[in-house]
Amino acid sequence: MTEQQNISVFFIKDCALAAIATGLRAQNLRELRDHLTGIHLGCIYYHFWGGLLRPHFDDPEYNNDFASWARHALHDVPLAERLGIIDPADYPELEGLRQELIETVEERIEETEYQTWSRSDQQFHFVRAQTVSLDTGRRLTQPAELATIVPQLSLGSVFYHFIDARRREPQGVDDFRAWLTQFGDAHDSLRARLAEVDPYFINLAELRARLTRLFREHFGETA
Amino acid sequence: MTTLLESYAQVAGADVIRHLQQLAAPLKGARVVHVNSTRSGGGVAEILTKLVPLKRELGFDARWEVISGDGEFYQCTKGFHNGLQGNRVELPAALRRAYEDTNAQNAEELRAVLEDADFVFIHDPQPAPLLRHFPQRRGKWVWRCHIDLGHPHRPVWKYLRDFVNGYDASIFSLADFAQPLPHPVYLIPPSIDPLAEKNMELDGAEIDVVCAQHRIDRTRPLMLQVSRFDRFKDPVGVIHSYRLAKSFIPGLQLVLAGGGASDDPEGEVVLAEVRLAAQDDPDVHVLLLPADAHRTINALQRAADFVLQKSLREGFGLTVTEAMWKAKPVIGGDTGGIRLQVVNHHTGFLVSTPEGAALRIRYLLHHRERLLEMGNKAREFVRQNFLLTRHLREYLTLMVGLQHGAQDRIDIG
Repeated sequence: MTEQQNISVFFIKDCALAAIATGLRAQNLRELRDHLTGIHLGCIYYHFWGGLLRPHFDDPEYNNDFASWARHALHDVPLAERLGIIDPADYPELEGLRQELIETVEERIEETEYQTWSRSDQQFHFVRAQTVSLDTGRRLTQPAELATIVPQLSLGSVFYHFIDARRREPQGVDDFRAWLTQFGDAHDSLRARLAEVDPYFINLAELRARLTRLFREHFGETA
Repeated sequence: MTTLLESYAQVAGADVIRHLQQLAAPLKGARVVHVNSTRSGGGVAEILTKLVPLKRELGFDARWEVISGDGEFYQCTKGFHNGLQGNRVELPAALRRAYEDTNAQNAEELRAVLEDADFVFIHDPQPAPLLRHFPQRRGKWVWRCHIDLGHPHRPVWKYLRDFVNGYDASIFSLADFAQPLPHPVYLIPPSIDPLAEKNMELDGAEIDVVCAQHRIDRTRPLMLQVSRFDRFKDPVGVIHSYRLAKSFIPGLQLVLAGGGASDDPEGEVVLAEVRLAAQDDPDVHVLLLPADAHRTINALQRAADFVLQKSLREGFGLTVTEAMWKAKPVIGGDTGGIRLQVVNHHTGFLVSTPEGAALRIRYLLHHRERLLEMGNKAREFVRQNFLLTRHLREYLTLMVGLQHGAQDRIDIG
């Protein structure tokens, strides 16, 4: 079998999220901490990443629901800042992210003299995500095709291949880097630049634009 | 692409429609039935009017069935509506019996359609008991609750819960509106139809005619609140805000536009209070419009510089969505679904008092560039999140989800 025959095809997929209420809610930090300890990991995923695909205004200050709730419902700015800086892309396993959240919340519980409560209509509702992925029927066989295909991807496809892949694939990297590995070291510089893209602090349209720029610069240079 | 889908592609984008087609592909040919209690009037009928034809164009065998009942039935379901929103109502045994009997009769009439359906969506409490008349049902049954069940009168919810526990899933608009149930509770916010009379583009001449009919001066600033004459919508508070702002902006005009109140004794009382508060001010226009005055409302929303929805309590607040779709920033009460849509300094302002609203009115009218910028951002936010196409996508996602159980991840190809 030739080397060319061993190259796998890149299947372009798309995805959609369904939001499922767990019925669990928190009105203060202790309740939040207690629920975090045992909550389904799909909730952690939803409250960090789900904002990218659900009806939601991009909060210009806080990128996850926990930080946003601390700021807007508890009016606890120091906690909101500490939660807001947690970058889920730093945690290959959601369990690690859960532990970091618990640690941050417990630290705040210990340093505050009294417990702040949210209004009853501003409780934190734990919601979990159900992800449906589907085949778009589009295929890539050559890396250079990325430069023309990526700008046409739906935001769901961008989410699926660049963000969701980290949780899905054992290597914990996005699908583009994983696919490019099979082409030897020809695209190492591109893979390194992809690894530097932090998808957490930008929205999906911005992420698509940034990926497009990277692919165009790389394949334009090597063409 | 078919005609209806093409129309939506022009507004929402071709990629959005392509995504719907891909999600629908594995469900093609599925028999889907929506059941509610009215063919016209109200938000549910408005949504189904477009949702069902769109599902057909996506390849489903989709139908919309309506149950019917007598006076006692509707008296009972009106009681449900009030009780589920927290009012302390009593439901006498005779009314409950009428409710259950009506559903039993409708079940027989709909048996052939519902028994073999692959998906049945039952909207709101009126047809909820249908489920128990179909022990041999073939498909998945979903209860879609459009009401805020966050703080129900417990006896009413306890009675209704027995009918909905057996469904395969339920849908609520927001997590705040949901109750715990022994099946997956999906969250799907409502939406507006950009092609409906209420939201479609209008030409400037039509807007001018509507304004002239109501003696509104288009050369002066105009603010608008569209809502029932209901204390929770705080129309008197809106007039107070107007007066506070008017002393700084003498040309300011206010329109309070609402539906008929003839069958609602409390509505008439509130309307009288509003007229008293308006004190014959020629720049305060209190408009009592018929239920089907969609184009008039549309024109008024487009004529306004910005829109208020100064509710003290609110469900999702689709009038906010409608105004934002017309590129109007909204000054809204800090409550319910308004919070999900109005983001301070981005799509409008959240306020808690008439004074807060007056401050924001002055800000917007003195910062015209910001007003336009916020309006454009509001329209784009609605385009991305609250159009019928997004609503349909979430229904399709749920249907795929239900076919595959409660798994976290479902790969359909």
